[in-house]
Amino acid sequence: MSASMTDVSAPAAIPAARRGVRPFYWSVRREIWENRGVYLAPLAVAGIVLASFLFALRHLPDQMRRIAAMAAELNATPGTPTAALALEKLALGKATAAVAFPYAAAAGGLMLTALVFAIFYALASLHSERRDRSILFWKSLPVSDLTTVLSKAAIPLLVLPVATAVVALATQLVMLAVATGVLGLSGLDPSLMWSRLDLGAIWIAIPYGLAVLALWHAPIVGWLMLVSAWAKRMTMLWALAPPAAICLFERVALGTTYAWDFLRHRLASGFTVGFTPLPAGQHSIYGAERADPAHLLANPGLWGGFIVAGACLAACVWLRRTRDPI
Amino acid sequence: MTASIQARGLRKSFGKSVALDGVDLTVEPGRILGLIGPNGAGKSTTLNAILGLTECEGELKVLGLDPWAQRDRLMNEVCFIADVAVLPRWMRVCQALDYVQGVHPRFDRAKAESFLDRTTIKRASRIRELSKGMVTQLHLALVMAIDARLLVLDEPTLGLDLLFRKSFYDSLLNDYFDGDRTIVVSTHQVEEIQHILTDVVFIDRGRVVLDCSMESFETRYAELEVAAEHLDFARALKPIHERQLFGRSYLIFDGADRDRLATLGEVRTPSLADLFIATMAPVAAQAGRAG
Repeated sequence: MSASMTDVSAPAAIPAARRGVRPFYWSVRREIWENRGVYLAPLAVAGIVLASFLFALRHLPDQMRRIAAMAAELNATPGTPTAALALEKLALGKATAAVAFPYAAAAGGLMLTALVFAIFYALASLHSERRDRSILFWKSLPVSDLTTVLSKAAIPLLVLPVATAVVALATQLVMLAVATGVLGLSGLDPSLMWSRLDLGAIWIAIPYGLAVLALWHAPIVGWLMLVSAWAKRMTMLWALAPPAAICLFERVALGTTYAWDFLRHRLASGFTVGFTPLPAGQHSIYGAERADPAHLLANPGLWGGFIVAGACLAACVWLRRTRDPI
Repeated sequence: MTASIQARGLRKSFGKSVALDGVDLTVEPGRILGLIGPNGAGKSTTLNAILGLTECEGELKVLGLDPWAQRDRLMNEVCFIADVAVLPRWMRVCQALDYVQGVHPRFDRAKAESFLDRTTIKRASRIRELSKGMVTQLHLALVMAIDARLLVLDEPTLGLDLLFRKSFYDSLLNDYFDGDRTIVVSTHQVEEIQHILTDVVFIDRGRVVLDCSMESFETRYAELEVAAEHLDFARALKPIHERQLFGRSYLIFDGADRDRLATLGEVRTPSLADLFIATMAPVAAQAGRAG
């Protein structure tokens, strides 16, 4: 028994690069295999948006004729603004917004889908492998817990935003092409619609907005993954209960709402933090002209969020290493 | 030659219950060790410690590495089937092959494919569509295609029918074991693995109660079938276990003189299962009292 406790040589290591082994890449692919919703959900939403767009398309030639007439009328009457002209301008704005709405709905619907998918994905990410005990298979392979946790975090923070942006842009391109074709068949000049839609600005705003959302929501993703690594069951409850308890306690015991305001800011401001703030009372669709990375990077909340996200993911690695399957 | 597994004084407790109570274990390369014990004896905890899945006190080196601290490196050299049916149910067979090939530097895909060609498993099937036996065949095909120095199997054939169990161990011996690799297998089905083992360890209540090679097992233990008139003489030789069957008495001896036993009746080498029962019998009686 006491023979040779020393004198043990380490095994000859195979350099990973030589065999072309890519644990992170394959772990991300594995996540996409398991969660095909990463691309199927955006595609399904895009399909619904496209179908409803095609259904409403029969009104487009009439809409564009009205817009053209109103624009011509406004151009033809220069001079001092009258009440009638102001009303006309308002009507033109409304008519233009109606034409642009399906494009905004496509982008908004896809972003909302991505948010909902990310929540459910993160809550299941480190939970389902423990529940079905497949973690014992994953752990039998030379993939570290860190690689696994990072590959799972990459789904809501990287893969999902990219997939959503690609699907959103492709959807809008298809919509634009079909709409142009319809106008052409009706004998109308499509250039008026192109100039009115200002899609170039939207096409910068979509990927930028998705990137901002991912960065701003990173601590939420981290928290949800931490719950999924820790909770034995009812992950949704465990994700919501502690923040809710803190808010309730603060409101009742101290009469203040700092915790709630803090959480609400994190949850609701995901899109606005990346853009130049609007003057009070003014509302507008956030477009590319207001995209403001410097404003975002100067926000200490962003960096604080990164620290929280990093701490949560570090805790995930530790929990995955030490906890038994459920 | 350095040992594949060197364990000294392994201790692990979960709350108040002690899972490992000072386990000592040495496994040399090229051995096939059977780790045998009743439920809750500490088999799985021992294997989990060897695989770096659980932290425990004591000295432990696996292939010269500390399995808990150096787990990521160790997994390049070690392979295991921790339990039946742990392959992810959503995965397709071809995806499992792709994934293991993508992450394991010692995986030989052609080998895995040729193992699978001998089965009826289709590449496009999802694992949830396979029978339990087929899932185990797939897992074994993946594991056998990995050029690992140590293979750990924890109840690999639990819940499988006899045919699958037999072919599982046959392929393990014929297609995998090459005399350099080390295999550690824990199971309840003692009889079925007796012929493939080179060493056997009985573990009970967190302690090793028997540790010997199969060669020394055959010289050390003897089972005597004795007629009633010689029973008292035989009992005087201090058997470790005695049982009656169809009016005959069977006594198991540890280290007794075979020639002397032969004068009392028929002497043979006991089966592992009989020795297991002989070793565990007093424990089982206590467990019965404790509930």
